[in-house]
Amino acid sequence: MTIKEKEDALVSEFGMFDEWMDKYSYIIELGKEMPLIDEKHKDPQHLISGCQSRVWLNAEIKDGKIQFTADSDAVITKGIISLLLKVVSNEEPKDIAGANFGFLEKIGLKDHLSPTRANGLVSMVKQIKLYAKAFQLKNMN
Amino acid sequence: MNINIEKIRSDFPILSHKINGKQLVYFDNGATNQKPMQVINCISDYYSNMNSNVHRGVHQLSQNATTAFEESRKYVADFINADSEKEIIFTHGTTESINLIANSFENIIGKGDEILITVMEHHSNLVPWQQLCFKKGAKLKVVPITDEGDLDMVFLDSMLSEKVKLLAFAHISNVMGTINPVKEITAKAHKLGIPVLIDGAQAIAHAKVDVTDLDCEFYCFSAHKAYGPMGMGVLYGKQQWLNNLQPYQYGGEMISTVSFEKTAFNELPYKFEAGTPNVAGALAMAEGLRYIDNIGIGNIVEHEDDLLNYATNKLTDIDGMRIVGRSKNKTSVISFLVGDIHPYDIGTLLDQMGVAVRTGNHCAQPLIDNFCIPGTVRASFAIYNSREEIDYFIGALKKSLAMLA
Repeated sequence: MTIKEKEDALVSEFGMFDEWMDKYSYIIELGKEMPLIDEKHKDPQHLISGCQSRVWLNAEIKDGKIQFTADSDAVITKGIISLLLKVVSNEEPKDIAGANFGFLEKIGLKDHLSPTRANGLVSMVKQIKLYAKAFQLKNMN
Repeated sequence: MNINIEKIRSDFPILSHKINGKQLVYFDNGATNQKPMQVINCISDYYSNMNSNVHRGVHQLSQNATTAFEESRKYVADFINADSEKEIIFTHGTTESINLIANSFENIIGKGDEILITVMEHHSNLVPWQQLCFKKGAKLKVVPITDEGDLDMVFLDSMLSEKVKLLAFAHISNVMGTINPVKEITAKAHKLGIPVLIDGAQAIAHAKVDVTDLDCEFYCFSAHKAYGPMGMGVLYGKQQWLNNLQPYQYGGEMISTVSFEKTAFNELPYKFEAGTPNVAGALAMAEGLRYIDNIGIGNIVEHEDDLLNYATNKLTDIDGMRIVGRSKNKTSVISFLVGDIHPYDIGTLLDQMGVAVRTGNHCAQPLIDNFCIPGTVRASFAIYNSREEIDYFIGALKKSLAMLA
């Protein structure tokens, strides 16, 4: 599946929920299934400071595709990270660099990516793209 | 109870709003409280009927604006029982009031001197002193608190000395609601000739503030935490102190005569009010204080105490509940954590149900670090809040906890 296809799949999945509670319960569940960052990487280097909740992110490249792992101390933040990682993990750097995560707006979670939200997600999206760019440059050399 | 909550609520247009499809329950009053029609109308009325610059025009409008502006100052002076309106400096808010004094104290503080603050200070009553100390080679000393969230008076006594050039502390903690024994502490400082600055941001709408009785040198507060507008605040200072301090900013209204060689500064309070002031803000601030007066601060305290006790009892029944700040003497601010659930998660789910609370470190990071916690959820009440809203909040909280368990 392409990034676009994965985004569309999530949008239709979330379309099933009429109630906000079901939606958030699902987000919390997704967080529990996320590929967790290795404890040894939970260091200041991998920490994305977001004021209220802390987020750690790591990326490794395998067969030309990036594998992301992450964690957060807030479970809703963690669930939303898992959504982002579902979309970009196991993709090529050049595709990730172009992703815009527009699906979050369609499933009513855009607010969580607002720069004023102070949950670290905006910085995390930036960091995902930085990893993608760095691996892209590495491939070219 | 001597107040009619329904009638009070009808004064606040925002309270009838829906958030995420639910009736708004506004429990973030520690950050800012909502504005009654009287205050909103006052701003609109000023710009519709009175707007002009103050203290300079000979024309009628300017004189009307100046009179109203100075009457507001008088109202503020009476509200906090200051000796004279000369002691009331209009600022942008508590933060600017504190920065003004920190700036003007540059001539007073020297190497080896000490400034004393407490662990429970908001960043606004910490960073200006810290930076002043860096600049002047002085030492910032911090009075610790007890587990309940009271100031440790034994430590305070041992830290007061001739080296201390200023004691700055909060009247009421914005995180824990602790009401500090301001008068007693001020008297202790005065025994050693130490001037006292009080951050009254959280007190002005929730406790009787009488600067003559407290006898503090400086008292700071913001209008927007007292049913008034944002961007407006007060620095109260004893006249002899304000007279001796250097101006903070230069230009405009704070000048009496200017030549290219020298400038004579205006008298109090104008010496500290450079530039065109926020006239509408001053009028609306007085209107907010008038709103408090009309209800009566005694009635407000009684109502908010009732809400505090009611909510505290209900929260205490919840498994894993930890209330941060359990002073016997507190206002209607409740900070809490449940088990190891992150405050951010609780705040996010409460928001989905229309309940506005604050989460995080509340601009008091050192205090939060002091408790070794990631932050808290904070519910803080005001005059228009009700027991019914607390019931709804408790229900919403239990729902959130079930989802997060």
